[in-house]
Amino acid sequence: MSAGSSSVGATVPQTATTSAHLFEARDVSAHYGRVHALKPTSLHVGRGELVTVLGPNGAGKTTLMRALTRLMPREGSLFFEGRDVSALKTHELARLGIIMVQEGRGLFGQMTVRENLSVGGFTRPHEDEKLETVFTLFPRLKERVDQISSSLSGGEQQMLAIGRALMADPKVLMLDEPSLGLAPKVATEILETLGELNRRGLGILLVEQKAPLALKLARRVYILTLGRVAAELPADQIGSHHDLARYYLN
Amino acid sequence: MISPAITSTRPRAAWTAALPVIAAGALIAYGLTSSGYIATVLGFAAIYGVFCTGLNFFMGYTGQASFGQNAFAALGGYGSAILTDRLGLEPVLAILASMSIAGIVALVVGYPTLRLRGHYLAMATFALGLITYEITIEWTSLTHGYMGYSGIPPLGLFGYELANEKQQLVALVVIALFGVWISNRLRNSRFGRALRAIAGSEAAAAALGINVARYKLAAFVIAALYASVAGSLFAHFIGFISPEVFGTAMVVLSFTMLYLGGIGTTWGPLVGALIASLIPEVLRSTLPGGLKEGQDIVYCAILILILIFVPKGLSSLGSLWQARRSAVREG
Repeated sequence: MSAGSSSVGATVPQTATTSAHLFEARDVSAHYGRVHALKPTSLHVGRGELVTVLGPNGAGKTTLMRALTRLMPREGSLFFEGRDVSALKTHELARLGIIMVQEGRGLFGQMTVRENLSVGGFTRPHEDEKLETVFTLFPRLKERVDQISSSLSGGEQQMLAIGRALMADPKVLMLDEPSLGLAPKVATEILETLGELNRRGLGILLVEQKAPLALKLARRVYILTLGRVAAELPADQIGSHHDLARYYLN
Repeated sequence: MISPAITSTRPRAAWTAALPVIAAGALIAYGLTSSGYIATVLGFAAIYGVFCTGLNFFMGYTGQASFGQNAFAALGGYGSAILTDRLGLEPVLAILASMSIAGIVALVVGYPTLRLRGHYLAMATFALGLITYEITIEWTSLTHGYMGYSGIPPLGLFGYELANEKQQLVALVVIALFGVWISNRLRNSRFGRALRAIAGSEAAAAALGINVARYKLAAFVIAALYASVAGSLFAHFIGFISPEVFGTAMVVLSFTMLYLGGIGTTWGPLVGALIASLIPEVLRSTLPGGLKEGQDIVYCAILILILIFVPKGLSSLGSLWQARRSAVREG
């Protein structure tokens, strides 16, 4: 077990300008005005790996996701498939295949399910084929294809948010608390689908508060507290809430 | 069963699709058989319909705020006036040339301005309208200042002029319908979906690969082109323009029309322009003598009542009616 940026640097041979990982962030930090909400943080996601970020409320998990996708100004370096993509804007990162499902889902509420999915595939060809893939994964979306998205249930909205992200042909999929506000059964269903996507080879960075569910899926865990990575460890090393609480309190 | 109110635009019955054309035909017939004054009022409505349809691209589809589209209407109006009067250009060519100028100005002004958001963008665009207003007043050698520009030729092509307001009304309605047709085509295109995604959530749109800044700029330029055409049409229809025509009142009136008809809808801007133009005329002719003094108060009360009871605008009346009918049918 090791903590923070130093641990990542110690386990992966790297140079200053390249990365062996699918996706890697080095010393990424972000501010809200004078508040240093995210201190220099490093993490990586390997090919076909599902990594989770756990942390209590206010730990900086959403800030981390927004900083990684450049939805807010940030410092630090970002690498994707070995290439330095630190200077790219949000839409340019998306075109490379770095796709994020935001907290609150970020659906286009006045658009139908089909239109939302269509926007998801905005930069990609073969929309019909991808639609079929999404409908196979989430058959309920097919039943509601002409329904306005704001009228869907919370679980269906989350399915749509993930389906829309899949339309964008992600190479690494980032999800910010996809189980937030969902009934336990629906949350489990959603997270199991993410597990299935990961088994198909999709790299996933999952931010969650529902630790037990996330830990079942993940290979590695980053624990974020007070805006910094307090620990990076294999998921199976966290046996109980007490283990997590220890990191949260430290 | 899924309520029609929450479903998308399913293939509509043929008569529903033909409704706008029938309404436009009835409107033209009414204008042609009424006095020249009524034709002028309807002509104004069609011009404002063009203006608001353009504004709808930026405010409705894209969800941005602009208080300065009157600047581009002024560019169109004065462009047409100056190009036809001083350079002897055909009105149609003058309209096209003015559109080009307005488009370039929108591109140049929009690039830095659209980095702003919300209230800041609203204030910046408002300033754009005020600056243009001042220029039209102060640059008297070009614009004739407060005196205004008169003697602008009517619409026409290859020497043929639409001599009276009724002939011009037909042309204006056709142009307004063409503008709505383009708006509808673009709204349901890939481009339109990108604009509506930006209106829904800029962050989510960007996270899916949409270049938000570029699409906002494109919507701004399209709105400017429509505004320029509206300004030019006004100049050729009335034959006279002054700074006041393109002042702040134009912004207020166009906002009223946009929300009255239904912001973000295809037909809303044109419907709003028509209703907001006709209500004062109907009140003028129907209110009894004693109440005529308070005509403006009655007008405002009607607008407020419409916005309270039909908050999504008059063009949503059809879907409201359908929703109620199916609710009654279900029990």
